[in-house]
Amino acid sequence: MPDPAADGDILLGAEDIVKHFPIKEGIFFKHQVGSVKAVDGVSLQVRRGETLGLVGETGCGKSTLARCIMRLFPLTSGHLTFDGADLSTLSRSGMRPYRRGMQMIFQDPYGSLNSRRRVGSIIGDPLAIHHVASGAERRKRVQGLMEVVGLNPEHYNRFPAEFSGGQRQRIGVARALALHPKLIVCDEPVSALDVSIQAQIINLLEDLQGEFGLTYIFIAHDLAVVQHVSDRVAVMYLGKIVEVADVKDLYSTPHHPYTNALLSASVVADPDKARTRDRIILTGDVPSPINPPSGCRFHTRCPKAQPICSTEEPLLKSGVGDPPGHVTACHFPVAEGEKLASEKATILHAVEGFLAEAPT
Amino acid sequence: MTRFLIRRIVFGLITLWVIITLVFVLYYARPGVDPARELAGRAVTPALLENINKEYGFNLPVIVQYWNYLKRLVPIPGQFNLGTSNVNRLPVTTIIAQAVPIDISLAVGSAILWMVLGISVGVLAARRPRSLWDRGATVFVLTGVSMPTFILGLLLLYVLYYLLTIHGIAIFPKPGSWTPFTQNPLEWAHDLLLPWITLALITAATYSRLTRSSLLETLGEDYIRTARAKGLSERRVVYRHGLRSSLTPIVTQFGIDLATVLGGAIITESIFGLPGLGLTVVQAIEVENLPVVIGIVLVASFFVVAANIVVDALYAVLDPRVRVS
Amino acid sequence: MSLSTVEAIAGDLPPEDPAVKGIQGRTPLQLVVARLRTDRVAIISIVVILLIIILAIAAPLIAGITGHGATDANVDTGTDASGQPLPPGSAGYLLGTDNLGRDILVRIAYGARVSLLVGVLATAIATIVGVVVGLFAGYFGGWLDGILARIMDVVLSFPYVLFAIVLVSVFGSSLPLVILVIAFFSFAAIGRIVRGQALSQREKEYVEAAHSLGAGNLRIMFVDILPNLVAPVIVLATLLIPTAIIFEATLSFLGLGVTPPTPSWGNMLSDAEGVGFQAWWFYIFPMLFLLLTTLAFNLLGDAVRDALDPRAERIFAARRKKAA
Ligand SMILES: Nc1ncnc2c1ncn2[C@@H]1O[C@H](COP(=O)(O)OP(=O)(O)OP(=O)(O)O)[C@@H](O)[C@H]1O
Ligand code: SF4
Ligand SMILES: [Mg+2]
Repeated sequence: MPDPAADGDILLGAEDIVKHFPIKEGIFFKHQVGSVKAVDGVSLQVRRGETLGLVGETGCGKSTLARCIMRLFPLTSGHLTFDGADLSTLSRSGMRPYRRGMQMIFQDPYGSLNSRRRVGSIIGDPLAIHHVASGAERRKRVQGLMEVVGLNPEHYNRFPAEFSGGQRQRIGVARALALHPKLIVCDEPVSALDVSIQAQIINLLEDLQGEFGLTYIFIAHDLAVVQHVSDRVAVMYLGKIVEVADVKDLYSTPHHPYTNALLSASVVADPDKARTRDRIILTGDVPSPINPPSGCRFHTRCPKAQPICSTEEPLLKSGVGDPPGHVTACHFPVAEGEKLASEKATILHAVEGFLAEAPT
Repeated sequence: MTRFLIRRIVFGLITLWVIITLVFVLYYARPGVDPARELAGRAVTPALLENINKEYGFNLPVIVQYWNYLKRLVPIPGQFNLGTSNVNRLPVTTIIAQAVPIDISLAVGSAILWMVLGISVGVLAARRPRSLWDRGATVFVLTGVSMPTFILGLLLLYVLYYLLTIHGIAIFPKPGSWTPFTQNPLEWAHDLLLPWITLALITAATYSRLTRSSLLETLGEDYIRTARAKGLSERRVVYRHGLRSSLTPIVTQFGIDLATVLGGAIITESIFGLPGLGLTVVQAIEVENLPVVIGIVLVASFFVVAANIVVDALYAVLDPRVRVS
Repeated sequence: MSLSTVEAIAGDLPPEDPAVKGIQGRTPLQLVVARLRTDRVAIISIVVILLIIILAIAAPLIAGITGHGATDANVDTGTDASGQPLPPGSAGYLLGTDNLGRDILVRIAYGARVSLLVGVLATAIATIVGVVVGLFAGYFGGWLDGILARIMDVVLSFPYVLFAIVLVSVFGSSLPLVILVIAFFSFAAIGRIVRGQALSQREKEYVEAAHSLGAGNLRIMFVDILPNLVAPVIVLATLLIPTAIIFEATLSFLGLGVTPPTPSWGNMLSDAEGVGFQAWWFYIFPMLFLLLTTLAFNLLGDAVRDALDPRAERIFAARRKKAA
C-alpha cells in the first residue's frame, strides 16, 4: 500500500472499492446466480494537482472504476473520500453537491453529447443543474468556456452534429470545466479521435490543468499517451490494481510481470529501455471477471507463475530498494534487467488485441 | 418454455381478476348508486327490487358481496352464474350461448379472408419495394385504416345490397339474415358474406403493413442473401425464409383481432343486424339490461385474455428467443 | 380492431441517427418541413386538413349566411311539398336537408368541429400521458416497468369499442367523457413506443454524462431523453388523430358519443341509417368528410414518418433534384 501519510494532500482516496454487477435469473422473483466482478478491491490515492494514469486491457474494469469514483452507481463495498468528505454511501441526491467538485470526460465524443440539444445548453447544463447562473449570465459564461477550450463562441446555438470529433471533445471538456471542479476523470478522452487531433486535446487538457489547478485521473489504452500525461500510473488487471508507480519508475523498471508484458508489446517513448526490452509471451485468454482465477489473478497467463500464485493473493507492497510509492502486487516481482521469456517476437492475442484497440 | 407460459398464464389470470374487480366496482359498488335498481332495469317493481337484493345480498358488507360475486364467476357447474336478463328473464348464460355461434361464424370467415388478403398484399408490396405494386399496397393500407367500419359496412350495404336489389339483382341477403351453419352451410356463408368482407377489408390493412415491413427487414438480412446466393429461387426465398420470420408479429396481431371479433364485432353486427354478442350488448345498453351487459363484458374480457395467452404460447414456439427472456 | 393497429401502421419508426448525412445541423422540425415541401401527397393532405379546419372555424359563419342553425328543423323551406327532405342543390340548401329539414351543410360544418376537437384533444392527452408513462417505464425499468408495460399491452389488446360503450353507458355520454375514454385507450400506443425508445436511450453515454453533472432523474427524462424521442412521437401522434376521430364517430354512430341534436358526422350517419338508403345524400356527405379527414391525417402521418427517416435521405435528395 502506498503510504498516504507520506503525502499531506490527498484529494481522492479510494479504499478497497468493490463493484459487482449481479447476474439475475428467475420467473417471478429474480434471484442472483452470479456476478461480474468488474472492480474487486481497488485502493488508490490521488494527490491534488497530479495526473494519475490508469491503464489495462479492455474489460479490466477501468471505466467501472471511473464510475465508482464518480459515484454513478452505488458501490458494492469500499470507502471513497473526496476532498475530506466521505462519499461511499451517499444517495443520488446526497451526491449532488459534491458533483461540482468532480467531473468526467467521456470516451465517445458522439455518444456523450446529446445530439438533440444545442451546444450552448449542453455546456450550460452544469450551470443550470447547480443553479449557478441563468439567462444572459449563463450564456456569457458558456461562451467564455467555449473560448477557453478553443471553440468559436458564436457556435453557441449549433447542434453537436455540426462539429468534428475533436471539437466535440472540446465541448465535453468545456462542460466538465464549467463548475471549476477540482478533479476531472478522463475516461479514454482521446482514443476515439484521429491521432493528429489527439495531441491537440492532450495539450488542451495539460494547459487547463496548469491554468485551473486541476487534478486528473486519466484512463487510456495508449501507453505512450499515458506516459506523456501522467505523473503516476496505475496498472489494472481483472478488477484489481497490480502496480502503481511514478511514471518514470514504471516505464523504466516495471516490476509486475503483467506490466512488463504490456510495455514489451507496446512501442513506448523510452528509447533506451523499450528497444532492448524483449517481447513477452502471454499464454491463455483473459479470464472471465465472473469467475476470476484464485490467488493472483494473473497466474493463468503469467510466465513466472509458481504454485503459491494460485493459492495466495499477492498484496500491493513496495520492494526492497524501490522508490517511495512504487508498489507491486506480485509474489515474484521482476527485477531490473531480468528477462521474462524467449526472444521470439510473438505476442499472444490478448496483448495484440489490446494494441489493436489503441488508435493507430 | 413452461416457465414462460406459467408466467403468462398467471399474468392473464391477474388481468382477468383486475377487470372482474373493476366491473364489480363500476356496477355494484359505485358510491351513490343502488345496484339493485340498476339491475332491475326498466320494469322495476318493489318486489323485484327485494328479490334482487336478496339474491345478490346487497345489504351485506361490500367485501362479502365481492366474495360472493367472485364465487359466482368460478367456472364450476351449479355455481357459475351470470344472473338473468331483466327483459325476458332468461339466464344470461343462455343469451350468451345463443349469440356466440354468430361471433364464431363471423370470426372464422373474416379471419381467413383478412389473413389471405392482408398477407398477399404485403408480400406483393415487399417483393418490389417502391414499385407500382407497393404504392398500390400503401393506398390499400391507408384507406383501410382511414375507413371507419360502419362506413365500409354501410357502403357495401348500399352498393351490393340496396342498389343491386332495387335493380332486381338480389344477390345479397337483406340485413338481419342469419342461418346457422348446422342448418344449411351454404345459406350460412351466403348470409355472412358481406359482414365477412367488411371485417376483412378493415382488418387486412394492418396485416399488409406488418407483412411488408418484417419481410423487408428479413429479406435484407444476411441469411436471406446467402439463400439467394445459393441459388434458391426468389419464390423460395420469400416464402421459406422471409415469411417464416414475419410470422411472430402477425400471430400477435391475429390473436388480438380474433379475440376482438369473438367478443362481439359490435359495429359489423349492428349494421348487418346479426344478433351476436356485439349487437346483443348494444341492445342491452339501450334497454338498460345490465345483467346482460355485465355478462358480455366479462365473456369478452375472457376471450381477450385467453387469446393473449395462446398467442404467447405460439410466440414461444415460433421465436425461441422469447423463451429465455 | 384494436389500437395496436396504430403501431403496426407506424411500422419501423425512424431511428435516431444524427450521423447520417443530410440531417446534420438541422432540428428535426426544420428537416421535416424541408422534406415535406417536396412531397406532393403531404402537401395535398395538409391542404385538405386546413380546409376542414377552416370549415370548422367558419361553421357559425356558414350558419349565418344560409340562415339555418345546425339544429334548426326548417319546417317551411327544408322539406318539399310532401314533407320529403330536399336533395343537394336545392335552393338555399347546397347539400340538401335531412328528414327533419335540417341543413346538411351546416351540420357537416359543426360536425367538423366535433371531429377535430375530439381528434386533437384526445390525441394531445394520450400523447402527454403516453410520453410520461413510457418514459417512467423505460427509464426506471425494474418492477415499475414490468407493471406499466404489461398494463399497456393489455390496454392495447382490449376491444376498445366494447369498453368505451360500457363506460359511456355507465357515466352518461358527454363530450369530455368521450375524449377521456378515447385518450385512455390510445395512450398505450404512444407509451409502448416511448418506453422502448427510452429503454435504449437510457443506456446512451449522454445520459451518464448528465448524471455525472448532477442532473436528477426527472431532468434526465424530460430534458435529455425526451428531445430524442420527438420523431417517433410526432409520427404516432399524427396517426392517432384519425384513430380518435374514427373512435368518436363510431361512438356517436352507436348513439353513445355526441348526443343529438348536436351534430357530429357519426350521429348524422346514425340518423341516416334510421331513414334508409333512398335519401343517399344523408349518407354520402358525412361519409365523404369523415373519410377525407381520416385519410388526410393518415397520409400526412405516413409522409412525416418518411420525412423523419434519415435512411430516406436518398429519396428526398433525388426528389429535390427533380424539382430543381
Ligand atoms: N452495467 C454493467 N453490467 C454488467 N456488467 C458490466 C457493466 N458494466 C461493465 N460491466 C462488465 O465489467 C467489466 C469491466 O468493464 P469496464 O467497462 O469497466 O472495462 P474497461 O476496462 O473500461 O474496458 P474498455 O477498455 O473496453 O473501456 C466487463 O467485463 C464488463 O462487461
Ligand atoms: S504473483 Fe505469481 S502469477 Fe501473479 S504476477 Fe506474480 S508471479 Fe505472476
Ligand atoms: Mg472503458
